[in-house]
Amino acid sequence: MGQTIIEKIFAARTSDPVEPGRIIWLELDARTARDFGGANVVKHLEREYADDPVADPAKTFFTFDCVVPANTIPYANNQQICRDFARKHDVRLYDVDMGIGSHVVIEKGLVVPGTTLVGTDSHLNILGAVGAFGQGMGDQDIAFTFKTGKTWFEVPPTLRVTVKGRLEPPLTPKDLNLAILGQIGSTGGLGYSMEFYGEVIEEMGIAGRITLASQATEMGAVIAMLPPNRDVLDYCRERSGREIEPILADDNAEYVKNLEIDITNLKPMVSRPGAPHDVVEAGAVKGVRVDSVFFGSCTNGRLEDLEVAASILRGKRVAPHVMAKVVPATREVYGDLLKKGLLDVFYEAGVIVSNPGCGGCASGQIGMTGKGEVQVSTSNRNFRGKQGAGDTYLAGPAVAAVSALAGEITSP
Amino acid sequence: MNKPTMISGRVWVLRDSDGRPLDDIDTDMIYHNAHLAITDLREMGQYAFGNLEGWQDFPSRVGTGDILIAGGNFGSGSSRQQAVDCFVSLGVSLLIAESFGAIYRRNAINSGFPIIACPGILHESKGQLVSGETVEVDLETGEIRKGEEAVARARPFSEVQMGIYQAGDLFSYARSHEV
Ligand code: SF4
Repeated sequence: MGQTIIEKIFAARTSDPVEPGRIIWLELDARTARDFGGANVVKHLEREYADDPVADPAKTFFTFDCVVPANTIPYANNQQICRDFARKHDVRLYDVDMGIGSHVVIEKGLVVPGTTLVGTDSHLNILGAVGAFGQGMGDQDIAFTFKTGKTWFEVPPTLRVTVKGRLEPPLTPKDLNLAILGQIGSTGGLGYSMEFYGEVIEEMGIAGRITLASQATEMGAVIAMLPPNRDVLDYCRERSGREIEPILADDNAEYVKNLEIDITNLKPMVSRPGAPHDVVEAGAVKGVRVDSVFFGSCTNGRLEDLEVAASILRGKRVAPHVMAKVVPATREVYGDLLKKGLLDVFYEAGVIVSNPGCGGCASGQIGMTGKGEVQVSTSNRNFRGKQGAGDTYLAGPAVAAVSALAGEITSP
Repeated sequence: MNKPTMISGRVWVLRDSDGRPLDDIDTDMIYHNAHLAITDLREMGQYAFGNLEGWQDFPSRVGTGDILIAGGNFGSGSSRQQAVDCFVSLGVSLLIAESFGAIYRRNAINSGFPIIACPGILHESKGQLVSGETVEVDLETGEIRKGEEAVARARPFSEVQMGIYQAGDLFSYARSHEV
């Protein structure tokens, strides 16, 4: 019997039989802890293993991205606990200046197609964007992987999604994302590894793939796997300095379900406050007053996303009552904004640009929303209370940018 | 093997005031983030369901050995361990739900707390499980019985889950097994 992408990745890293529903012991190519959860990982390690070394310091990392730099003493203390541990065990730490961990590991070539990585970030399944396996886990789990380099995992069944149609401007990969989420809902991918196929996927660059893969969590899926194309392979080869074989599904792989998503007549989409899967066309909520706009997060914080926003904002100013913020995903993206003159575009448009990180998505790096405030955000979750007391609409960078200019929700 | 693989106890069925099963109970409803600074397990129990409408008095009513039954996607949300430990603290002997949030499920298994998924136990069984009744659950076969009557079949413990449960937690399991 043929194997799906995830089954093939697992089969190369376990001696257990790989079949959906079975639990296997999986060898991990890398394990990470971020500033949320990192200090607890250290506590578990010190309690259980005293000063024992970690399994392999070269495969063990910390990435700080949630509260960067720390803005309260408890966060600062927790980050310092991680730094001390990293120094003592010779473990690499990407500090508060580096950006979102799941992006940093791709940029640094720590993850390539077929790699397995786990960490304390629940959106690590974003690594499906490059055809790698990533997974968020709790503190004990991650402490265990630091020490052993392994974890147990239940092999998920695979759901095959074929997307029909193309994405032409002003549509962006986020609109495709929201369309799928609206169609299959918060449990449409529950417990599955999803695999995506179709012309639009084949043509999509790394940034778009990251956008798409980042919302597997909101669909309930274990991961969304995108078969690597030439661009992805070239990128990962260059970043890692290694030759790379893509892991692709066998022709006779077995899928629990086949799903077709038709985006032929897709319009720019938004999801309404409270639930990421409560998706409507942006035109349907046109005119809703907007107080703040956030461009960034692991879903839409790449250069390509911010270029879309900049191309709309160039030479204009956001509406006088709108507070707009840009948070690049990583230091590298920040550097690109600088070199390409886009910081200038944002500055002239009246936008705050902050240092890289999770920004408006996690705990208030760039402020929270107040009661009654309406925010348009390019992040991936809009649960009540997550980003403050206000109401958050999720959208792609094009919808967010035209809405920032108009001061109300607008469809590009 | 020294821990019981048959667990019997009085059940608490998570329903709303209209008797509908409660789904999507997230970790903030189970254990609110206001109490995250607490690290002593004994203190955690009193906050269980402190943020779940109609269930705030659960800690004062539940007894040692009781079984909790919930709907789908129990424990979605954050990865906080306290959302598992608060039930350990109260002496809950088993947690059954139609399904669990992935990280929640791993946290419970890794800390040796018995949880078992039983799809359809509240939504599809004809309402036969009521708080206060006693059930018996076989962790090895997944069978759930009420007296002589088999009421549902859960997904039995996997080998790994049973191993961790018997060892106490993931760390002790790894010390005594080749992993
Ligand atoms: S941007 Fe948001 S969803 Fe993404 S890793 Fe950061 S906190 Fe998590």
